[in-house]
Amino acid sequence: MPMITIEKVSKWYNPQFQVLKNCTTTVEKGEVVVVCGPSGSGKSTLIKTVNALEPVQEGTITVDGLNVTTMKKDLPKLRSRVGMVFQHFELFPHLKIVENLCLGQTIVLGRSEDAAKTKAMKMLERVGLTAHAQKYPGQLSGGQQQRVAIARALVMDPICMLFDEPTSALDPEMINEVLDVMVELAKEGMTMMVVTHEMGFAKKVANRVIFMDAGEIVEDAQKEDFFGHPRSDRAQHFLSKILAH
Amino acid sequence: MFSNFDYDVIWRSLPYLFQQGMVFTLTLTAIATVFGLILGTLIAMMRLSSSAVLSGFAVSYVNLMRSLPLVLVIFLFYFLMPYVGQWIIRSDQPVQVGAYASTIVTFTLFEAAYFSEIMRAGIQSVPRGQVMAGYAIGLNYREVMRRVVLPQAFRNMLPVIFTQTIVLFQDTSLVYVLSITDFLGAASKVAQRDGRLTEMYLFAALVYFLICFTASFFVKRLQKRISIIR
Ligand SMILES: Nc1ncnc2c1ncn2[C@@H]1O[C@H](COP(=O)(O)OP(=O)(O)O)[C@@H](O)[C@H]1O
Ligand SMILES: [Mg+2]
Repeated sequence: MPMITIEKVSKWYNPQFQVLKNCTTTVEKGEVVVVCGPSGSGKSTLIKTVNALEPVQEGTITVDGLNVTTMKKDLPKLRSRVGMVFQHFELFPHLKIVENLCLGQTIVLGRSEDAAKTKAMKMLERVGLTAHAQKYPGQLSGGQQQRVAIARALVMDPICMLFDEPTSALDPEMINEVLDVMVELAKEGMTMMVVTHEMGFAKKVANRVIFMDAGEIVEDAQKEDFFGHPRSDRAQHFLSKILAH
Repeated sequence: MFSNFDYDVIWRSLPYLFQQGMVFTLTLTAIATVFGLILGTLIAMMRLSSSAVLSGFAVSYVNLMRSLPLVLVIFLFYFLMPYVGQWIIRSDQPVQVGAYASTIVTFTLFEAAYFSEIMRAGIQSVPRGQVMAGYAIGLNYREVMRRVVLPQAFRNMLPVIFTQTIVLFQDTSLVYVLSITDFLGAASKVAQRDGRLTEMYLFAALVYFLICFTASFFVKRLQKRISIIR
């Protein structure tokens, strides 16, 4: 059974503006899928539909066999099992780092304060930020905040992870510390759907690459095929532009 | 004018002015702030909800309260509350509501309208991504509000909330229309009794000024500190 299926999904922000056009794809368990495409093509919207942060008008999305497009009451439970990392980190600025990591564990998973804290410290160690547990997000660099954000998702023991341009708000010298954590996750077999323009990352760990343009999935190919000989002109054009940088 | 100024009348009435008058003024300010803020927050959430009924109710409530002079509301509620109470508990007589209890309820309901506008701005000042992040870890609407949005909204609005409280502190003097012994009421009663209007009203003015000026000073400092943290 695939981890994520997206089937004939269409979404409109208003009747005149269709942001997703009949999108279909599948993410198998343990697979790393990179989503790329020009800005405004609907990548963020697509990835947010997977845990129903954005509702869709047509089509079906399932996660771990559960239909999230019709789900209502069980949505929070499902979302807690799908890790999400945002472009702008979105740590809770009024909570300390360790509290950021405990909030979901205690409230959603019902873990005890102690168990949550232990888990939080373990994850902070993993992303190399134990020393910052008692600080507030505002006191950390962008790269550190994004690593905390990844840890915040991991403490929930997610069955898959969604990343929405996790490095594009970072200063160049901080990009790698975040990518390193993600590469390690991928190597451990985490199912990941990653919106990114870091083609180095895609080449290193992705299984498949999806190319979106104007709300459509234009290309959905094995990594070797995508980088070897993309079929569409639009993907070729996009690749040449982005690899030139 | 000050040659026959009687300082002693102030000195003599200090215990009465503060232990009775100021205590009530501060109690009324504190209760109306706390409960007005809680109620105002609920109204703000109704206002921002997707339900047309809830947001319609919230808009009407806020507009109604903001379109009536506070003095009038104090009066009106004092006369109406016994009948509202009668209707609520279905008794066959109007319920006795004293002037003190009545003003406390009135100020709470009145201030709720103003605090709701402040909290609405506060809630809207929290970026959408924060709400998304809350939902993404599995929180539901109530938890997102309580754990993520409201603490930030409250913190962002703290200086405005305090400023509103200072205004409220001054407005409590309007309870004189019900002959209540708040600070100004107490000063006024002494003034009338001893025929010392100038002394008592000047002293009352000085006390209000000092309290509000000092409070405003601290609010400004708080505002600076918050803008640094963010
Ligand atoms: N909440 C929204 N309301 C209306 N339009 C939106 C909203 N969010 C995004 N859009 C529009 O949808 C399109 C796709 O946005 P997005 O999914 O963020 O693209 P990408 O992540 O690929 O840059 C853009 O044109 C954007 O302006
Ligand atoms: Mg985007």
